[in-house]
Amino acid sequence: MAERVLFAPPRDRRLFVVLGPFGAGKSEIALNLALALRAQGRQAALADLDLVNPYFRAREQEALLEQAGVRLIAPEGALRHADLPSIPPALWQLVYNQELSGVLDIGGDPTGARVLGAYAGDIIKQRPAVWYVFNQARHDNASAQQALMSLRQIEAQAGLQVEGILHNTHLSHETTAGTLLEGAEAAAEFARTAGLPLICHCVKAALLDQLAGLSPLFPLTLYLRRPWEVD
Amino acid sequence: MSMQKELWKGNEAIAEAAIRAGCQAYFGYPITPQNEIPEYMSRRMPQAGGVFVQAESEIAAINMVYGASAVGVRAMTSSSSPGISLKQEGISYLVGANLPAVIVNMMRGGPGLGTIQPGQADYFQATRSPGHGDGHMIVLAPASIQEAVDLMWDAFALADQYLTPVMVLADGMIGQMMEPISWKRDQPLPEVDKPWAADGRDGDGKTHFVTSLRLKSADNERFVQDLAQRYRQIQENEVRYEATDCENAEIIIAAFGTTARIASTAVRQLRADGVKAGLFRPITVWPYPDQALRQLVLQDSVKAVLTVEMNLGQMHEDVRLAVRGDKPTPFYGRTGGMVPEPRDIARAAQEALQEVSE
Repeated sequence: MAERVLFAPPRDRRLFVVLGPFGAGKSEIALNLALALRAQGRQAALADLDLVNPYFRAREQEALLEQAGVRLIAPEGALRHADLPSIPPALWQLVYNQELSGVLDIGGDPTGARVLGAYAGDIIKQRPAVWYVFNQARHDNASAQQALMSLRQIEAQAGLQVEGILHNTHLSHETTAGTLLEGAEAAAEFARTAGLPLICHCVKAALLDQLAGLSPLFPLTLYLRRPWEVD
Repeated sequence: MSMQKELWKGNEAIAEAAIRAGCQAYFGYPITPQNEIPEYMSRRMPQAGGVFVQAESEIAAINMVYGASAVGVRAMTSSSSPGISLKQEGISYLVGANLPAVIVNMMRGGPGLGTIQPGQADYFQATRSPGHGDGHMIVLAPASIQEAVDLMWDAFALADQYLTPVMVLADGMIGQMMEPISWKRDQPLPEVDKPWAADGRDGDGKTHFVTSLRLKSADNERFVQDLAQRYRQIQENEVRYEATDCENAEIIIAAFGTTARIASTAVRQLRADGVKAGLFRPITVWPYPDQALRQLVLQDSVKAVLTVEMNLGQMHEDVRLAVRGDKPTPFYGRTGGMVPEPRDIARAAQEALQEVSE
């Protein structure tokens, strides 16, 4: 079996912006990335800036983050359960506090990315890693051309330039190793078309052994479950 | 046609399915958690050669549906609970004018503005009588995005066949979650002859007049009697349900939509604990599959029927009407935007069984 190469968040960056269409898997990746930052011994935070989805958001994992020592930055009180354009002021601490590393989890599609527009100027100065999550199983990312159009529209709304692609092809609970292998080829083509590096392949832990050939691998633990999905 | 699986958000998938099924006009107004339906429609409908209008209100949208349907166009609207309340008058007019239409309701927690989290408390307003008058509509309750997609074809077909509004009754979870689907049906429904349409095209010399106003009460009574006759046909021919593990079960859990999926996890947990549990899931909640439920419940093995809903007991009435007191009919529900958990349903089932054994 090939030696696994695992992805780790680059130590010379402290802000990570995760963008992409609905269903790309941004929130799961944001949660895993924030926990990975903490595991590197950093002071870590996750800013849930999803203003467009009313459900299945990273903020629902407050207990998990707290236990891991990751700070959650999300609207407070009743606003946490709303889909109002409410930006938590603590976002500025993450942007400017050089001691703090963190992930900005952004809502899906250009609509969701719009939240960044007003803040992009401040965020850019911090040299963020801006990554686009690619899921080939998404109907609007099935081809490299479609994905590139989606990426450009999201960039335009966010006011940020994407610098790398996270490959995360999945079909929710029906994801198999085959889903990922097929997606990996599409991701490579998309990366070539977009002229961007492929940062990693995101793989749920159960499939790691079957996908050791993909490199580097970012093993994901899935946290955002639907109410009928329990152990 | 592609059988390859694709990942879709529920609201987008329902909008795309409507277009593929042959919907020609969409009229809507934004409300969470169904906003991706009008958003998607605004992009895709013009590409598909159809009409998209963001109306000035929910009431305007349903009346635009009335207008489009009256001239023979396949039309739909969508909303969530408070918006559906506003549409009730228009739905009653559709019923009163024998007009086909599809209405998607992504329910949230009420009453009033309530919350944007999922709910099922529109069961009564969907199944009892849409708006005023002796009317009904066919109400389809999907439990997955795949089923919601497939049911869009059926919704438009049933609306045309029975000249009635059809509601697709889902909760916000169906709208918001992402699931893999395949496009099992990729062909639009055939065009239906609508000799009654007020389209000004036909040369039969008669004026086509689509209205729900019949000033002579005797005429109006005859109209309602005709409706009732059609409703009996619908009840005979269009009932749909899914019964899982109900044969020789000691307890049957009755639930619809996403609650049925949560209940199916509870059934698995109960079976692992040695309890013979089964799941009865109506797919049509009007007409209600009361005969099918009654037959299953009358099995000697069945000790109780537990109804589980995201409301305080609305479908519970239909279950009790089907069971007619022949077996105990306990209830477990969460409401106001709260979602039941599998272990709470399993516990309610255990308690119900304990109660009947005492």
